[in-house]
Amino acid sequence: MADLSYNFAGIKSPNPFWLASAPPTDKEYNVVRAFEAGWGGVVWKTLGEDPPVVNVSSRYGAVQLNGQRMMGFSNIELITDRPLDVNLEEIARVKKNWPDRAVVVSLMVPCEEEPWKRILRKVEDTGADGVELNFGCPHGMSERGMGSAVGQVPEYVEMVTRWCKEHSDMPVIVKLTPNITDIRTAARAAVKGGADAVSLINTINSIVTVDLDQMAPTPVVDGKGAHAGYCGPAVKPIALNMVAEIARDPECQNIPVSGIGGIANWRDGAEFMALGCGSVQVCTAAMHYGFRIVDDMITGLSNWMDEKGYRTIDDFRSMAVPNVANWNELNMNYDIKARINQDSCIKCGICHIACEDTSHQAITAGRVNGARHYEVVDKECVGCNLCMLACPVDDCITMERVDKGKPYMNWNEDPRNPFSTAAE
Amino acid sequence: MSDIAAGRLSGEELAENFSDIHPPLDAMSAHIEASRCYFCYDAPCMEACPTGIDIPNFIRKISTDNVRGSAIDILEENIMGGACARVCPTEVLCEGACVRTAQEGKPVTIGALQRFATDWLMEKGEQPFARAAATGKRVAIIGAGPAGLSAAHRLSQLGHDCEVFEALPKSGGLNEYGIADYKVVDNFAQKEVDFILGLGGITVNHGKKLGQELALGTIRNDFDAVFIGSGLGGVQALALEGESIDGVFNAVDYIANLRQTADKATLPIGRRVVIIGGGSTAIDIAVKSKRLGAEDVTIVYRRGAEAMSATDVEQKFAQTNGVKIKHWMQPVGIVSDNGAVSAVEFEYTKQGPDGKLIGSGEKTTLEADMLFKAIGQIFVPDPVFGTAAQLELKNGKIAVDDSYATSLEGVYAGGDCIDGNVGLTVAAVQDGKKAALAINDYLAKK
Ligand SMILES: Cc1cc2nc3c(=O)[nH]c(=O)nc-3n(C[C@H](O)[C@H](O)[C@H](O)COP(=O)(O)OP(=O)(O)OC[C@H]3O[C@@H](n4cnc5c(N)ncnc54)[C@H](O)[C@@H]3O)c2cc1C
Ligand SMILES: Cc1cc2nc3c(=O)[nH]c(=O)nc-3n(C[C@H](O)[C@H](O)[C@H](O)COP(=O)(O)O)c2cc1C
Ligand code: SF4
Ligand code: SF4
Ligand code: SF4
Repeated sequence: MADLSYNFAGIKSPNPFWLASAPPTDKEYNVVRAFEAGWGGVVWKTLGEDPPVVNVSSRYGAVQLNGQRMMGFSNIELITDRPLDVNLEEIARVKKNWPDRAVVVSLMVPCEEEPWKRILRKVEDTGADGVELNFGCPHGMSERGMGSAVGQVPEYVEMVTRWCKEHSDMPVIVKLTPNITDIRTAARAAVKGGADAVSLINTINSIVTVDLDQMAPTPVVDGKGAHAGYCGPAVKPIALNMVAEIARDPECQNIPVSGIGGIANWRDGAEFMALGCGSVQVCTAAMHYGFRIVDDMITGLSNWMDEKGYRTIDDFRSMAVPNVANWNELNMNYDIKARINQDSCIKCGICHIACEDTSHQAITAGRVNGARHYEVVDKECVGCNLCMLACPVDDCITMERVDKGKPYMNWNEDPRNPFSTAAE
Repeated sequence: MSDIAAGRLSGEELAENFSDIHPPLDAMSAHIEASRCYFCYDAPCMEACPTGIDIPNFIRKISTDNVRGSAIDILEENIMGGACARVCPTEVLCEGACVRTAQEGKPVTIGALQRFATDWLMEKGEQPFARAAATGKRVAIIGAGPAGLSAAHRLSQLGHDCEVFEALPKSGGLNEYGIADYKVVDNFAQKEVDFILGLGGITVNHGKKLGQELALGTIRNDFDAVFIGSGLGGVQALALEGESIDGVFNAVDYIANLRQTADKATLPIGRRVVIIGGGSTAIDIAVKSKRLGAEDVTIVYRRGAEAMSATDVEQKFAQTNGVKIKHWMQPVGIVSDNGAVSAVEFEYTKQGPDGKLIGSGEKTTLEADMLFKAIGQIFVPDPVFGTAAQLELKNGKIAVDDSYATSLEGVYAGGDCIDGNVGLTVAAVQDGKKAALAINDYLAKK
């Protein structure tokens, strides 16, 4: 049996699945239910200074795709709207009752040293395992000079991180906003400020849908809508890339990363871990299906690790990082062609029309004895994968390697490159 | 004593038995189902639809809430898209060809989606089509069934005025007088007729039967062109002695009466019912007998299950309704008691070496209070042609060329009455549409 426990920047948890700072972790009631369900840790819903914020009614929006609900999810909620003392008291009690679980507290106060110092001391008193600095919230708080307004300015990230390290002994995780051109800039600033870890991504600025009757972005609040923070399965690819950018950046110095964004099952989690994450955080999937999804996360990861022979998370963590390359390091001699398994082909013609209309006219549509027949023309196929991705039948189109024996040659070495080093 | 009685079941039971067998999809289910469609290229389903509806396109429009666009796609090719959605044997047409049938044995339920879209439009009470500028040409249509109405609608759209002559008091043909009640509930056939006539330019004259009130010769003189869509008027006989005694019925006649009877409790039905035939009419009358309260209902067919023209789905439908289907038996005699049928005598059959059916000599008897003949309908030429005009026949039905032209100039025909038609509503609609286009060409040249 694989060992799923993990020590993330000094924060221990029985498994790497944490709930992200959000409504699922807003109060003791939820967090206790989450721990009962098996979650390894929580990042408590972001705390701020009193008086607490006030939220609007109509808070969430969603993208639905072909019947799949909440493919993408958006919100215009602020940080916790409950008094600080109430939260602190509950955090202390939860940590006491659940000593083996990770309890991290998310924080967001104005960009001045005193308020940070004040709140850190109070959090420390609860016995919490660490803090996460919310530099990511893209709406509501940023207009007040907090959240992503801080996260988008590397100097502020560094400065606030440094204050936190100075005024507390707790591990400090810096939560990054994706609403930035190059995620590495913010991550490097966190490293410079002395952060113990980074977590990402927070939500992405978005308008998920426009209500064409009310002529307003959703969620609509009395006829108007504000840009909202986007998350859920749709953002996972963006999060994975940002995680990989940090994992392979020498200046980020292998800082521990907690992966967040669209994680809904064990496989999503494993992908983040393969790109370097030591823990992963979940919000939307829990808000969609409830806490019981963690059961699949734990058993799925464990079964997969057993199958692969990985005993601990570190056995496979970061294994995909060296294979994340720049384009000009890819092998130009690698050549694949689409192959159609005629026995499993159901004759939907999708591969043909996709390639015919938009790619390389490499799949012919014909009839053999009256039956539809789709055939790849090797000469035209550039091995782009489009047909394989569009085909509705699993493994019906596969890509076969045909470059047999040619040596590795990247673009820099390619004679077709006008600036090629091997051209002469 | 033969046991034939009305009111075997309670009013509630009868209402339940004759309600919609496939209730409509709600918007949610329609979306889920529509999302199963792959939007195939050169879609096999589309090729399998006799009217060539652009199925992937109309399904996609349902999934984007463009239901009006979806319904128009359907009705443009098939003005009886609503009826066809309910009555087509989709298992051997579009759904049989759907790639999901090959993939997982569960086709996209195209018929149900088609009903969803067409119902939506018809409930809006909209006529989505407009007539072209009047051409001044007049076309006579014989028969207000699917073929005739389809032809009339297309011709009117093209700017021609249509005069329909219909023998019966209601329009719709077998949609009104034949198709099973539980497929077309809530007076759907008449609603669809009204929808079709809503285009304008079509007048229906009821109680006008060609061969009685009208003669083909006169009509040809009075109109610029004629379309015949008179269906099949006769019923194949068993050629047995006693075929006309009490208790022996033509299935189609009984069905026509049943369709027109609002209170099903007034319909007499036998305790033991035997049906001879292997097509959908046999299935229909068997299921209806059962649903009217008959105790034992048996379909007897002279060959095996695979040779029945009723589809697999239809056969199973009958069986789940408690109908017994017996194969390899042919009727050889009707046993009577006091002038009414009491049993039917059968001989077991088998296939001879040349594929022909041969009697085995071995016999058996099935007791019956009612015997239904459902061995096929035939075209009866006399009323249509009278004695004067000579329309060429082929295989006992009207012979037409590729453009639905008969042997008489300016006279076109389609639907059940022409040679080569497969005997489905959808095929009749396609014939009417294609013939209308041919008539339009003919009129342009005239
Ligand atoms: C019991 C039964 C069940 C069926 N079930 C199905 C089913 O589930 N699905 C399916 O696809 N098909 C079914 N069919 C077949 C389908 O009903 C026919 O193929 C279709 O109705 C043919 O259309 P049509 O317009 O050619 O003929 P019809 O529907 O027969 O219409 C012909 C019209 O012409 C009129 N007419 C006839 N002679 C004259 C005349 N001399 N002068 C004036 N008017 C005349 C008739 O009164 C009638 O209104 C069924 C048929 C029967 C009998
Ligand atoms: C309703 C809602 C409220 C959130 N509130 C916070 C918050 O207070 N602090 C914070 O750091 N992140 C907040 N987030 C962001 C999540 O913690 C997480 O980073 C993001 O949702 C991506 O993960 P997911 O794709 O699993 O949802 C919130 C997200 C949602 C949906
Ligand atoms: S891999 Fe790309 S180019 Fe080749 S057949 Fe498929 S779609 Fe066409
Ligand atoms: S997309 Fe796949 S199933 Fe469809 S025709 Fe092409 S190979 Fe066959
Ligand atoms: S064959 Fe099936 S999946 Fe393909 S377009 Fe037709 S209904 Fe859709």
